[in-house]
Amino acid sequence: MTNTIEAGGLTKRFGRTDALRGVDLAAGPGTVLALLGPNGAGKTTAVRVLATLLKADAGQARICGYDVVTDAVQVRQLIALTGQFASVDDELTGTENLIMIGRLLGFGRATARSRAAELLERFDLTGAAGRAAKTYSGGMRRRLDLAASLVGEPQVLFLDEPTTGLDPRARSQVWETIRGVVAGGATVLLTTQYLEEADELADRIAVMDRGLVVADGTPAELKSRTGGQTLVVRASDRSETGQVAAIVADVTGTVPEVTEETGLVTAPASNPALLPAVVRRMDEAGLMAAELAFRLPSLDEVFLTLTGHHAENGPGESLIDDEGRAA
Amino acid sequence: MTTLQIPAETVTPPQIPLRRRIGAGQALAHSLTLAWRNVTQLKHSPEKLLDVILMPIVFLVLFLFVFGGAVAGSTHAYLELLLPGLVAQMAVFATMGLGTALCEDIHKGVFDRFRSLPIARSSPLVGAVLGDTARFGVVMVVLTGFGSLLGFRFHTGVLAVLAAFALAYVFYLAVCWISVLIGLVAPSPETVQGIAFIFIMPLVFGSSILLPSTQTMPGWLQAWVKVNPVTSLADAVRGLTVGGPVATHAMYALAWAAGIVLVAFPLAMRMYRRRV
Repeated sequence: MTNTIEAGGLTKRFGRTDALRGVDLAAGPGTVLALLGPNGAGKTTAVRVLATLLKADAGQARICGYDVVTDAVQVRQLIALTGQFASVDDELTGTENLIMIGRLLGFGRATARSRAAELLERFDLTGAAGRAAKTYSGGMRRRLDLAASLVGEPQVLFLDEPTTGLDPRARSQVWETIRGVVAGGATVLLTTQYLEEADELADRIAVMDRGLVVADGTPAELKSRTGGQTLVVRASDRSETGQVAAIVADVTGTVPEVTEETGLVTAPASNPALLPAVVRRMDEAGLMAAELAFRLPSLDEVFLTLTGHHAENGPGESLIDDEGRAA
Repeated sequence: MTTLQIPAETVTPPQIPLRRRIGAGQALAHSLTLAWRNVTQLKHSPEKLLDVILMPIVFLVLFLFVFGGAVAGSTHAYLELLLPGLVAQMAVFATMGLGTALCEDIHKGVFDRFRSLPIARSSPLVGAVLGDTARFGVVMVVLTGFGSLLGFRFHTGVLAVLAAFALAYVFYLAVCWISVLIGLVAPSPETVQGIAFIFIMPLVFGSSILLPSTQTMPGWLQAWVKVNPVTSLADAVRGLTVGGPVATHAMYALAWAAGIVLVAFPLAMRMYRRRV
């Protein structure tokens, strides 16, 4: 028993929506498992089942060997959760939020207070410690939320879309924090819609689509399955898009995606040497490129490759979250 | 069991002694911490107390001068009947903010965090009810303070007056669970008050709080006023503050309070488990 998170055959149905259709997950200590997928893929439902907030209809899940249903009391002593909608108390100050969590975890007054001060310092929130959380910026709130999750030094940390809506600077701060937590030996399970985020942080990625894990592996494995990178070319003259697409098809040996409105031609490509080849061919044909690049595939492109369809929100779930609450 | 294969790991999670259940003492400590949270919120946003500050003043002035002369011959004579009645009314009205606040908390996701913590299941709800005591305190202080400015005087001893407020408080705590229940079933925070009013209006105004005599009412309303626990509470508070029979009314009000808790608390816990 070395996995800190183990789940097998999880299913969950809300009304007519199958949120989970048999999900298996596993993660070991000191690692990050990323659940990657669009809205409605079942990521949040999976996290809520693992964090003892929701009972699955079928299947089993264990945290450090404790069953999330029958041993929920023990599981809650091992985990911490940072929800999609930052769950700090707006009315309380940063310090009060953390003291409250400490007290709920059974810390004495003095211990709770010093732990709060220590975490605020670590999350660069000391200056805002005495201000109500509702005055915080998005990034500060998320940091406070993370700090609240770390008051009890959890073995397993669940982060539901921890960087959604954050600016790049705040996002990299959150990433740094997550790396620190993992270095301390904890397991992190995070959900994300960004391949870049999963690639940055995760030891393993499970790609979810409509309640199923459709692919899993290390970031490198997944990227090689999706062609690693994406070749992006846009002709400076829109009327030449067809010619560009033909060249890209020829060079990469795939059928490129052509976005009519923008004239963007994209194709999965694993070999960086393809780039000069495209340049040469376009040059020979007298075509000018307005845009020419290699980049990581977007979630949508990963989806297209892995599932054969575009990443799309699940039925009726764009405005309603997994619990049927208005998002 | 799993399709995800994890690279061989030699690290095992540290063996911490884990509690297998939450004791009653811990549950109380958790509830008190969460009550502290609610009181601290009020400290930061005192404007949230505006309703419980203004309600007793507005009702006192309105009822006193609208009904005073007609019902009791003079406003001064009516004040002796009205103020104890308003103690009962306010004990019910003051619970209404609780359901709204709870519904907001649930929608914001604060409860998700509470539920992922190793605390007693009932603590977030019990804590919310206990923390709401602050609103009861404010409403009663304003009511009696403003009442005495208008000329109200207690005719009984200190102990009897304290007993009157203790009785109102117990009843208030019981009605809080109805408010909690509504907060848990309401689709949104905005709808809580509307739903609560449907229950609270007949309870509060179909009672003896404004008119101690029911003789002019139709028979069906007399019957309702008679069984309504708010009537018993108002009559018991009258007895304890300005004189009159107490024991039967008080026992009846307490029995109702116990009944409300016995029904509403388990229902609220069930809704809480399902909803959150």
